[in-house]
Amino acid sequence: MPTVTLNKTVFEKLVGKKLRIDELKDRISMLGTDLESIEGNEINVEIFPNRPDMLSEQGFARAFSSFIGEKTGLRGYDIKKSGEKVIIDKSVSKVRPYTACAIVKNIKFDDEKIREVIQIQEKLHVSYGRNRKKVAIGVYPMEKIRFPITFFAEDPKKVRFLPLEAKREMTGLQVLSQHPTGRDYGHLLEGQSKFPFFKDADNKILSMPPIINSHDVGKVSEETKDVFIECSGFDYDVLAKCLNMIVTALSDMGGETYSIELIYPDKKITSPNLLPSKMSFDVDYINKRLGLDLKEKEIVVLLSKMGYGYDNSKRKILVPSYRADVLHQIDLVEDIAIAYGYENFEETIPKVATIGQESKIESFAKKIVDLLIGLKLTEVYSYNITSSEAVEKKFLASKPIMLSNSLSEGFDSVRSSMICSLLDILARNRHNEYPQRIFDLGTVFSRSAKEDTGIKEELKLAVALCEEKANFTDIKQILDYIFSNLDIKYELSELSTKQFLEGRSGEIIFRGKKIGTIGEVHPQVLENFAIEYPVSTFELNITELHRLI
Amino acid sequence: MIADQLHPLERKVIPFLKDNVSFEELMEQTKLKDVEVMRALQWLSNKDILTINKSRREMIALDDNGLLYAKDGLPEMRFLKVLNKTPEDFVSLDDIQQEAGLSQQEAGVSLGALKSKVAISTENKDKRLFAKIAPQGKKILEKESLEEQFLNKSFPIELSALKDEERFAYDNLSKRRQIIKLDSQLIITISLKPKAEELLQDKSSLSVNYEDSITHEMLKSGNWKDNRFRHYDIKINVPKISGGKRHFVRQSIDYIKKVWLELGFKEMEGNLIQSAFWDLDALFVPQDHPARTEQDTFYIKDPAKAKLPAGLKAKIKAIHETGGDTGSRGWGGKWSEDEASVNLLRTHTTVLSARTIANLKPEDLPAKFFSVNKVFRNESLTWKHLFEFHQVEGIVIDPNATLKHLKGYLREFYQKLGFEKVRMRPAHFPYTEPSLEVDVFHPEKKEWIELGGAGIFRPELVKPLLGIEVPVLAWGQGLERGIMQYYGFDDIRKLYDNDIKTIKEVKIWK
Repeated sequence: MPTVTLNKTVFEKLVGKKLRIDELKDRISMLGTDLESIEGNEINVEIFPNRPDMLSEQGFARAFSSFIGEKTGLRGYDIKKSGEKVIIDKSVSKVRPYTACAIVKNIKFDDEKIREVIQIQEKLHVSYGRNRKKVAIGVYPMEKIRFPITFFAEDPKKVRFLPLEAKREMTGLQVLSQHPTGRDYGHLLEGQSKFPFFKDADNKILSMPPIINSHDVGKVSEETKDVFIECSGFDYDVLAKCLNMIVTALSDMGGETYSIELIYPDKKITSPNLLPSKMSFDVDYINKRLGLDLKEKEIVVLLSKMGYGYDNSKRKILVPSYRADVLHQIDLVEDIAIAYGYENFEETIPKVATIGQESKIESFAKKIVDLLIGLKLTEVYSYNITSSEAVEKKFLASKPIMLSNSLSEGFDSVRSSMICSLLDILARNRHNEYPQRIFDLGTVFSRSAKEDTGIKEELKLAVALCEEKANFTDIKQILDYIFSNLDIKYELSELSTKQFLEGRSGEIIFRGKKIGTIGEVHPQVLENFAIEYPVSTFELNITELHRLI
Repeated sequence: MIADQLHPLERKVIPFLKDNVSFEELMEQTKLKDVEVMRALQWLSNKDILTINKSRREMIALDDNGLLYAKDGLPEMRFLKVLNKTPEDFVSLDDIQQEAGLSQQEAGVSLGALKSKVAISTENKDKRLFAKIAPQGKKILEKESLEEQFLNKSFPIELSALKDEERFAYDNLSKRRQIIKLDSQLIITISLKPKAEELLQDKSSLSVNYEDSITHEMLKSGNWKDNRFRHYDIKINVPKISGGKRHFVRQSIDYIKKVWLELGFKEMEGNLIQSAFWDLDALFVPQDHPARTEQDTFYIKDPAKAKLPAGLKAKIKAIHETGGDTGSRGWGGKWSEDEASVNLLRTHTTVLSARTIANLKPEDLPAKFFSVNKVFRNESLTWKHLFEFHQVEGIVIDPNATLKHLKGYLREFYQKLGFEKVRMRPAHFPYTEPSLEVDVFHPEKKEWIELGGAGIFRPELVKPLLGIEVPVLAWGQGLERGIMQYYGFDDIRKLYDNDIKTIKEVKIWK
C-alpha cells in the first residue's frame, strides 16, 4: 500500500491543532489510514488505495483536520482565469488522447515544497496513475515556457530534446533505450509509430509523456513561483480528478489556481473544474445499512467531518472535486460510519436461525479418511500447483495443464495425478523411517469441453505404501476395506501403463464406470523419482464415486 | 514393599550384591547376559537400593598381528631361526621369506631390524640379497626376548599394572604395526545404599514366586488368585509408537469448519480455476486493478479463455462502465470481455461467495455461508511466502443486516476461535463498503493483532448477481499465519513440505 511521509511541523500547521502522539495514532487509525511510524519530525502514514487524494501532506492534513472537527465541511477553492490555452492536436487521439491542465501561481518554492510536489507526483503516478499507464503528470516552471502549449504526436525519430538529468540531446526513440526512465516506462509506448509530446509557443519540447520531461524547461527550482501542470492519459474524468488532487494540494500550500482553455479538435474545456459534484442520498438507506437512526441533519454534520458539503436548497450532498472513490451512496454510508466512529457501533446479533451444513462431498470424503487413519496411515497435504517435469519425465505421463506465468521454479502446472504427488513426497522422505504409508485427498485437473473454463476439477484420493515388502495384496486390502465399509463392491480390470508394473495393476470399476487405478509402481518410475523401496498405490475418484453412490 | 516391585532379573542379582562387587563378577555369578545384569542394576538404582559407579581403565590387548605372533613367534625371530638351520651358508631372501612364512613386508622389516643388531650379515649377488646368521644372532636365539615374553602373557592386562621390563617390551611392540592395542574399558562396580540392607536381611521375601504377566491360562483356571504379581516401575520410559494421523493443517481446517457449522453456516463449494469474470469482474474489481497483473495472479496457458454466462455478462459490463441500474457511477471507460474471459487460479474464495449469491433466490434469504479453502498468489516460494494457501471466509445475506450485526457476528466468530476482545478499524477492499480491518486482542502477547478483513458487499456486486440489493456481511482471514504461530514454525514452507516424521510427531490442533 502507498505511504505518505509528512513533515510534522507542516502537518500540524495545516491541521490547525497539535495532538498527543497516542491521540494522533488513534485518530489516524480510525480515519481509515494506518500510522506506520513517527521518527523525529517525520510521520509515515499508510493510505488505502481508494483515497489517493490523501497522498500528500496537504490532502492528508485536510482530511484529518475535518475528521477531528477542526476544519469541517467542504473546502472552497477559487479559480481565476489565466487566459492561456493548451491546444490538443488530433494526432494524439490514437496514442494518449487526453490531457487536463492548470496553472498555479505564487508558491514560494523552497527545498521542502519541492520535495512535497515531487512526492505528490510520484505517489499519484504509482497508485492512482497505475504506474503512469492511466495518468502521467508533468509540472513545469512557468518562467521557462511560453503559451500556447501544444499536445501533439510525432514520429519519435524526428523529435530531439534534452531529457531530465541527461548529458546530451536524444530523439524520442533513443530515450526509450538510452535513458534509465525510458527503459523503465518504455513499454507504455510500445508499438506506437508516433509518440506524444508537449511543446510551447517557441517549439521547445516540454516533455514526452508518460516517460520524461525536458531538462531545460521541465524542472521546478527555487526560483520558480508559478507552475504549469498537466495530466495526460486515456479518460478525461480520471485526469481531471488527478489534476484536482494536485491543484488542491498546491492551493493548500498557498498557491493561487488559474484555469486554462483546453482546445480539443471537437470541443473546448475550461480546466480545472474544482466544483463539487452533487449526490442524492436516502436517509432510510443509510440508517438501514448502519443500523442507526440518524436524522438528515446529523448525517450532514457527520459528512462535514469527512470534508463533504451540503446543498440545502436541492438537499444534495456536495462531494469534493478531488474525491475519486465516491461512486454510490454506499460510499457516503462508509464515510458516515467513519465519522460516527467504528468504535461507537454497538455489537448486536440478529436472531436469524439457519442450519449449518458441511459440503456433502467433503463429509463423504472425511468418512473414508477416518477409515484410513484407523489403518494407521499418515495424511500428507500436497500443492495443487505441481512440476510438469515430474509428471512427464519421472511419472512418464502426458503433459499437464500449464500455467502461463509462474514465478516459482518447478511449479509450472496444475495437478494431473494424486499418485504423482505422493511419489514426489515419498522421494523427499527418503531420510525418514520406513515403512511409509501415506494418503492425500486433493483436486485433479483435466481438460473438458463441458466446463465453462474448459477444465474439469475432481476430488481424488490416493494411498501409497512404501516399504521393503509393499505389494499389490497390501494395497488391495485397503481398497477392499474402504469398499466393504461403504457396503459396495468394485471390480478390477487389467491395465497396462508406463506407471505400473505389467500384470500387477488394474482399473477400478464401479457400476460400469472407471473410478480409479491400482497397482505396484513400475520400477522405472521409482528409479526416476529415486525411490529406493517398492510402492503400491491406488487413486480413487471421490467426486465420481460420491455421484454414483 | 520393595520386594513386590522386583523384576525376575533383579531377584537373580540381589543375592550376589555387596559393596564394590564388579559387573563382571556379577555376570559370572548370576550367569546372566551383560544387558540383563545392566538392566537389573539400573532398576535397582532407580529404586534407590544401590549406586552404580562407573570408571575407566586402559587395558592392553593383542591386535591382529599380535595374536598371530603370540602363536608363531615374532617375524625377526622366525627369520633368524631359518638362518640358524644352515649357520654357515648365505640364504636368499626369497627362500627365507618362504620358509619362515613371512610377508614381503615382514621380511623387509625383519632384515632391517636384524642388521641393525648385527645379528646377520648380508651380501648381494645377481641383484638378489642373501643373508647369513652372525654370532650375535646365535646369542639372541639362546634366550627368549622381553617382547616374546610379553606376547605370551594372558591378556587383557591393565596398563598401569606393568612392571619396568614389561613396560619396555610394551613400548617396543606398540611402535610396530597392529601388534598391541589399547582399549579404554568401562569398569562398573556398585555400592549399596541403606535400603539394600533391609532387602538383603529378609532373603525370604526374595523366594516368593512373583508372576510377571496375567495369562490366558491363569484366567481360565482361576489360579491367578494364588499368584502374586510383580509391581512395575510405572515411571520408566517405554518405546515410542505412532499411529495414523491427519495432516496438521487439515486438523486446523476441520476445527474452523466446526466453528462455522455450529454458528449455522453452510459450506460453499467451487472450482479452483475460475474466469477473471467470476473472480474479479463480478466482484466489481476494476479491470486496471493491480491485482490483475501477471505478478499477482496465476493464469492458465491452455485453455486460456473461459465461456462467460451470457445474461450476466451484459449486466456486469453495464455495472463497470456506468453503474448499470445500481445507482452507481461505475468505473467508467470500456469494459473488456476479452480481459474478463481469461482463466486463472482463483485469487480469493470471495469468488465462491459471488457464485453462491448468484445461485440464490430472494426466498432463500436470510442465508449464511462459509468456506475454508485454497487460494493462489503468484509468488516465489520463500520462508515467508506461499503461492497457495487457505482463506477462511463467511457471508451473511440478510435484507435486515447492518454494520452493527457485522460487528456482532465478528465478535461471536472470534470468540469461538478463542479471542475475547475484537476491535474494528476502517479499511479498504475493492468489493466491500463499508470495509473494516479486524483486530483481536492476543491474550498471551497482550497486544492487538491484525487478523482479518470484513465489510458489507457493494451494491455493484450484489444486485447483478442476486437481482435485488441486499446487504451481504462478509469477513475472512488467512489461515496459515495462525498455524505457524501455534506450531512455532518460522518458515512457512514447513507447513507443506510433507516431512512424514514431522507430521507424525507434531502436536494435534487443540
